[in-house]
Amino acid sequence: MDFEQLNCLQKDALKEIGNIGAGNAATALSTLLNKKINMSVPNIFILPFAQVVELMGGDDTPVAGGYLQVEAKAPMSILFVIPEESLKLFLKILVGKQEAATITLDEMDISALKEVTNILAGSYLTALSGFTNMEFNPSVPALAFDMVGAILGNVLQLYGEVSDYALVIESVFLEEEKEVKGHFFLLPEPGSLEILLRELGVVF
Amino acid sequence: MDVIKVGMADLAVCKAPQKLITTGLGSCVGICLYDTGSKVGGLAHIMLPDSTQARNNQNKAKYADTAIVETINKMLVLGAEKSRIFAKIAGGAQMFNFAGTSSIMRIGERNTEAVKKHLEMLRIRIMAEDTGGNFGRTITFDPENGKLHIKTINQGEKIV
Repeated sequence: MDFEQLNCLQKDALKEIGNIGAGNAATALSTLLNKKINMSVPNIFILPFAQVVELMGGDDTPVAGGYLQVEAKAPMSILFVIPEESLKLFLKILVGKQEAATITLDEMDISALKEVTNILAGSYLTALSGFTNMEFNPSVPALAFDMVGAILGNVLQLYGEVSDYALVIESVFLEEEKEVKGHFFLLPEPGSLEILLRELGVVF
Repeated sequence: MDVIKVGMADLAVCKAPQKLITTGLGSCVGICLYDTGSKVGGLAHIMLPDSTQARNNQNKAKYADTAIVETINKMLVLGAEKSRIFAKIAGGAQMFNFAGTSSIMRIGERNTEAVKKHLEMLRIRIMAEDTGGNFGRTITFDPENGKLHIKTINQGEKIV
């Protein structure tokens, strides 16, 4: 099944996944940062690769990306992207890092950001698991701080061999004063889409 | 200054003084081809090593093997001569470090290998190379003199 052929009902079901997962993850993030976190209504994008990158503000925007792969009957990957400005605040709250004009990440910072990715992915997947009766096993996260195009390009290659389009379920987290922003991407692998939709009770 | 932007899994050719740019190369490889005689240049931003292994290979610019051939063909139309074409390549990084790295994460390395293999098969010499590492690159290519400008976030800038 091609991503481009999804109908409204199927898209709504995927949005619901985003809603439930992100709701859980927002709560986790809120506890972690000790701040009130709002989340957006999830967006479902079925986009050519180049446009997925545009979504994040153009390919050479610097961002931090926490990435992990999820082993399951419906394999997928998760990418949590934090824009540079929010990253400063994240690190200030998490590890007490002083704000500086340019960001260099030390081991402590990297470890903290990996943990954030871990916690978010874990709570997202727990929700998804309860909803679908499937088991999900996330890998240990990896982290990169670099151009968003380079980071997303690496992740999107997973799809490259079967499609020119990627399905992206995106949730945006916002702290009350809109300082902390993060984009959570759930990227089901091409074959996983049918399985997920079936478990959600959407008939083809 | 006229600069043509090449996206991911995309390619373009031009004639000097036009330049070519591609941003955010991670594990993808940017293949720059040029003929200084006619000042015709081409840039392909490939994502994957091999079109013959793929279920979906409509987009020639996505794969190392087909993208090189396609770029050369387009350059010939603009007046380039095959025997005078040289190459410079950049990219092929590994953005994420996983323990027990699987082949899917080694994709940058595989891309670079495939690009080199296919350039060699076509007898095109690689004049400069900036590949590997774990960082992204933005490259600007000038077919006037074959200069390749490479910009990174944490590793500085250079011209090869």
